[in-house]
Amino acid sequence: MKTKEYIRPKSLKPTQTHYCPGCTHGIIHRILAEVLDEMNLREKAVAVIGVGCSCFAERYFNFDCIDVAHGRAPAVATGVKRANPNLVTITYQGDGDMTAIGSAEALHAAIRGEKITSIMINNAIYGMTGGQMSPTTLIGQKTSTSPYGKKAEEAGYPVRFVETLALQEGVAYAARTAVNNIGNILKTKAAIKKALQAQIDGKGYSIVEILSTCPTNWGVSPKEALKWIEEKMIPVFPLGEFKEI
Amino acid sequence: MGKVLFKGAEAIAEAAIRSGCKFFFGYPITPQTEVAEYMAKRLPQVGGVYLQAESEVSAINMVFGAAATGARVMTSSSSPGVSLKQEGISYIAGAELPCVVVNIMRGGPGLGCIQAAQSDYFQAVKGGGHGDYKNIVLAPSTVQEAVDLVSLAFDLADKYRNPVMILGDAVLAQIMEPIELPEEKKELPEKPWAITGCSNREQNIITSSYPVPEDLEAVNERLNAKYKQIIKEEQRWEEDGVDDAELVFVAYGTSARIAKDAVETLRNKGKKVGLIRPITLWPFPKKAFKNRMAGKKILVVEMSKGQMVEDVEIAVKGQGEIYFYGRTGGIVPYVEEVLEVAEAILNNENVKKWGEDDEN
Repeated sequence: MKTKEYIRPKSLKPTQTHYCPGCTHGIIHRILAEVLDEMNLREKAVAVIGVGCSCFAERYFNFDCIDVAHGRAPAVATGVKRANPNLVTITYQGDGDMTAIGSAEALHAAIRGEKITSIMINNAIYGMTGGQMSPTTLIGQKTSTSPYGKKAEEAGYPVRFVETLALQEGVAYAARTAVNNIGNILKTKAAIKKALQAQIDGKGYSIVEILSTCPTNWGVSPKEALKWIEEKMIPVFPLGEFKEI
Repeated sequence: MGKVLFKGAEAIAEAAIRSGCKFFFGYPITPQTEVAEYMAKRLPQVGGVYLQAESEVSAINMVFGAAATGARVMTSSSSPGVSLKQEGISYIAGAELPCVVVNIMRGGPGLGCIQAAQSDYFQAVKGGGHGDYKNIVLAPSTVQEAVDLVSLAFDLADKYRNPVMILGDAVLAQIMEPIELPEEKKELPEKPWAITGCSNREQNIITSSYPVPEDLEAVNERLNAKYKQIIKEEQRWEEDGVDDAELVFVAYGTSARIAKDAVETLRNKGKKVGLIRPITLWPFPKKAFKNRMAGKKILVVEMSKGQMVEDVEIAVKGQGEIYFYGRTGGIVPYVEEVLEVAEAILNNENVKKWGEDDEN
């Protein structure tokens, strides 16, 4: 049997994260760090980090980072990339950050075909502010601001954001993945690699939306949270590659 | 190179390029759009980037990103657009990044009008966005001065790692005057803190996020020390005949042009009048007033209902009598109007002092 040694990616700092038990942010940080190491991009990378539970990610990533305002990461990343096209520019944002307050910034970065890569963590809820409804909250899902369950006629439908972006000509790569099992984790890693390659090749904007857990605000155990992604989220947010040029 | 005839907005843009600004992110809004239009034409010719953002909010955040890489970068807008930029300006000040923001003021509040006004003084000098921060604010009154102050703005922004605002109005942006353009700047300062990729060094982080209160307080203390240094070293003003003046006009920008004309007319009539024209609105040039205003009458002229006059009041410290004359709505006062008020004050007619009504 082949064994593989666990080596901490150079793009990740040897430190504990603040994430709740069962939260999959840590897995996604690790995947991104592995990809940057494997593609030899650490010394050219910059993470533009939005607001949400990942807003302290600069303490975990071991490469250049910028903390920015809610929703504005694609605009900041645009400024970075236009001023220094050599930098591999990645936005790291949650679903609230990207699909609510930052929807204009994300959509227009895609429309412009901005040569940046967005990683959007979709856990169907505002995590950091304590479990409020997000544009990706599922119909019927109870949150602190949809205490009777989200109703479409009041709050609208869960936004399929990555599909919307994929319609834009400036988008080179758009995919939705999940991190609820090993197979999907590996697919997520492959998708992030493709997204970064699209940026490096100068093809345009790339995005990977990743379905992620929030056991604390969903009110379920870490194990149940993985099942919740499988049973509740994936039927609404289908996995796959929506665009690849 | 001799003098060339330039429109204010275009002169500001050309001066920025000659100051090493290769990146401009903006959004059309009257009466500053010619800055953006000029940049759109010129920047590609010099290997730079003009990008028209989807909003003012995005534009200032693009400025944030470009500034984080160490580039010289500028945006320009007009009053309602600057309101939208305030979120970003607070973040840029908090992250200590250098940039230049041009505000060509128009009438407000709300949609207001597109004519010249000076009613964004408070927003420019008192914060505008959230948190304990300051912008350096420069207020040119001629196109030549605008050109000179743009160069200074980039240098001050880099020196202090702080946003610098050029505060002008529709008159300054739309007027044409003969100017001398500065030579192109080749040498720009090193920026070891910038986001350039972490080869041969540790990770660089640009942030305004300090979740631990003690950490944030330490940052605010450090910022405050920087602001104190700026207050000490960067006060700028122009003055004329203040020491023996009975009446001192105080005005900036377009209002100062009117005040200057009024001073000249009154002097020709043998009146003892002077002028203080603040060039830095923040830091406010308190030094110009210190221990010099005793027994004097001070007439502040603004195109607002009275904003800078509050800083004049603080600087005068009760030494002299303060009067105010202001027009709003995009109306530029005539020299005759200002003269009428000034002469009434000089003749000891019953002119209300600034704030006199409030005390009843």
